[in-house]
Amino acid sequence: MRRPGLPAIPMPDAMRGKPAKIVGLAVLVVFLYALPLLDLPILTTPDSDFAGVLYTMATYVLVALGLNIVIGYAGLLDLGYVGFYAIGAYVTAVLGVQHGHWPYLLTIPAAVAVTMLSGVILGAPTLRVRGDYLAIVTLGFGEIIRLSAKNSDWLGGARGIQNVPKPPSIHLFDVPHLKWENGTVLVDVTNKTQAFVFGFVDYVPYYWMALTVVFIVLIADVLIKSSRVGRAWEATREDEDVAEVMGVPTFRYKLLAFAMGAFVGGLSGAISAAGANFIYPDSYQITVSVIFVAAVVIGGQGNRWGVMLGAALVVYLPERFRGLEEYRILMFGIALMLLATFRPQGLLPPRVTRRAKALERDLEELETGDEAQEVRS
Amino acid sequence: MSTVDSTVEPAGEPTGRAMLEVDHVTLRFGGVAALDDVSFEIREGEILGLIGPNGAGKTTCFNVMTGVYKPTRGEVRFRGQPLTRMKRFQITRLGIARTFQNIRLFKTMTALDNVMVGGDTNSSVGLLNALFRTPRQRREEAETHRRAVELLDFVGIGRRAEELAANLSYGDQRRLEIARAMATNPKLLCLDEPAAGFNPAEKQRLMELIRKVRDQGFTVLLIEHDMRLVMGVTDRIVVLEFGRKIAEGPPAQIRDDPAVIAAYLGVDEDDAS
Repeated sequence: MRRPGLPAIPMPDAMRGKPAKIVGLAVLVVFLYALPLLDLPILTTPDSDFAGVLYTMATYVLVALGLNIVIGYAGLLDLGYVGFYAIGAYVTAVLGVQHGHWPYLLTIPAAVAVTMLSGVILGAPTLRVRGDYLAIVTLGFGEIIRLSAKNSDWLGGARGIQNVPKPPSIHLFDVPHLKWENGTVLVDVTNKTQAFVFGFVDYVPYYWMALTVVFIVLIADVLIKSSRVGRAWEATREDEDVAEVMGVPTFRYKLLAFAMGAFVGGLSGAISAAGANFIYPDSYQITVSVIFVAAVVIGGQGNRWGVMLGAALVVYLPERFRGLEEYRILMFGIALMLLATFRPQGLLPPRVTRRAKALERDLEELETGDEAQEVRS
Repeated sequence: MSTVDSTVEPAGEPTGRAMLEVDHVTLRFGGVAALDDVSFEIREGEILGLIGPNGAGKTTCFNVMTGVYKPTRGEVRFRGQPLTRMKRFQITRLGIARTFQNIRLFKTMTALDNVMVGGDTNSSVGLLNALFRTPRQRREEAETHRRAVELLDFVGIGRRAEELAANLSYGDQRRLEIARAMATNPKLLCLDEPAAGFNPAEKQRLMELIRKVRDQGFTVLLIEHDMRLVMGVTDRIVVLEFGRKIAEGPPAQIRDDPAVIAAYLGVDEDDAS
């Protein structure tokens, strides 16, 4: 809940509050960083490298956070989000190896800037159309980006670009993994992660990098959403005409949402390119866009925790059940259909807690405050 | 009950200066003239009633004033400034706010957030300020919040601040519409049938609220169906029928105007006069 007056520490509202909550959050953060080292039974994917899966999950979570700004907050259905993701990855690859030798960390700001610019260029003319039309235009955008890359030798054509630069490695210390044998936990001294070496085999450092970026974007998301920008987005989504009549320059805010979404999309593209080693146009198909939107919708559009969960699941579930081979996509489809049937608002719909609280207060008022209210009004 | 922020211009007697002028406005939809050469003015500090039978063009007139429709001919001026080429949000920022006849709140937002959206017109900080929670941003946010709470209290729903707009009762939703419009810090507040669906007791309370709003220094334009409410609260009345202005004057005069009686009772004009 917001409080009047100036808070002493500029901290996001969600983080203010009980110490127990902060401790719980800290434990969760440490757990997430340690996750690939723990090798937990059941949770760990049996048929693919768990750290690699976690790394992909983290980049998808990032994507979902960005797409949530566009779809969840501002209510703009963007079906071409993969375009931004691709632009981010390509800028990194082009500057880093194809046409330059920029260090990886320098390519990131460039990737983000170019993606944001492309978001504004796409948004400025198209955000004047609404709803389904916007969806179609953005769908086209995603395909245009992919086909442009595919048909341009300058961008490596269909073969793509190899040897995408990696983040600088600084070898500070080794972290051993755990090993579970017959219910006992052992420290596996033969299997150590070198922190922080970005190589070809061990994906743990990549996961750490992606996770760190997720936290940074998450904090920014909380700060922006709880400001007038977040309110303006929500009002625009709810009723664009009324928002405009209330003095909100809706077009400007929609463009801002698009640019912010593109920013995060490009960022996640650049992060994913680091671990991918080589990128090629056909890995940025329309279906990837659909998975992105699915992540946001499954999780609960408008709820940042929901969309993060959704993104983690759309990556995790198919990998977890890789043992089922081609049936795993079928299983995934069934899971999606069950979700749509039983939780149409998504796994974590927005404001669920606040609604519950409001109901609680209502009941309380019915019992006590009824007369007082009458007198007041 | 607390009063609204003293930074609002002090309440004044009607000065007689024109605040908003509707100047020979005609609006055609195809061949139909929804408004036909309508002229009147709203003076500073007054409560002007805009009445007329169903389909007389009241809401259309309203929409022209707030920039939803552009007039086919003529123009609307606010303090001498033509509104014809302005965007809707700019008109609001200039000082004209409105409510909606068919309640249009931001349903998934709390009552407080609804009003704070209206308060957006007073803020100037952007994204980076929000991102770094600069002192200026926090000051503005606290001020918007304070004023929103005040306004909710002013219209009598302060206790409902944290509820979702959709969960408010019908009457409270209408009050929230008024608070949200007031939050844009308008000079002119346009209320489109704020009493629609109210029972007599609620209408009585609403009349008090409208007077209170005027006493805070707002000029009010009131579209209303209920003649008793209009007669009881307005300083002057403009009557529309079939898109034309048929009368204008203080309530007592309007009450006895044969053309108005004819329009409302459906008597042929020639017989009435």
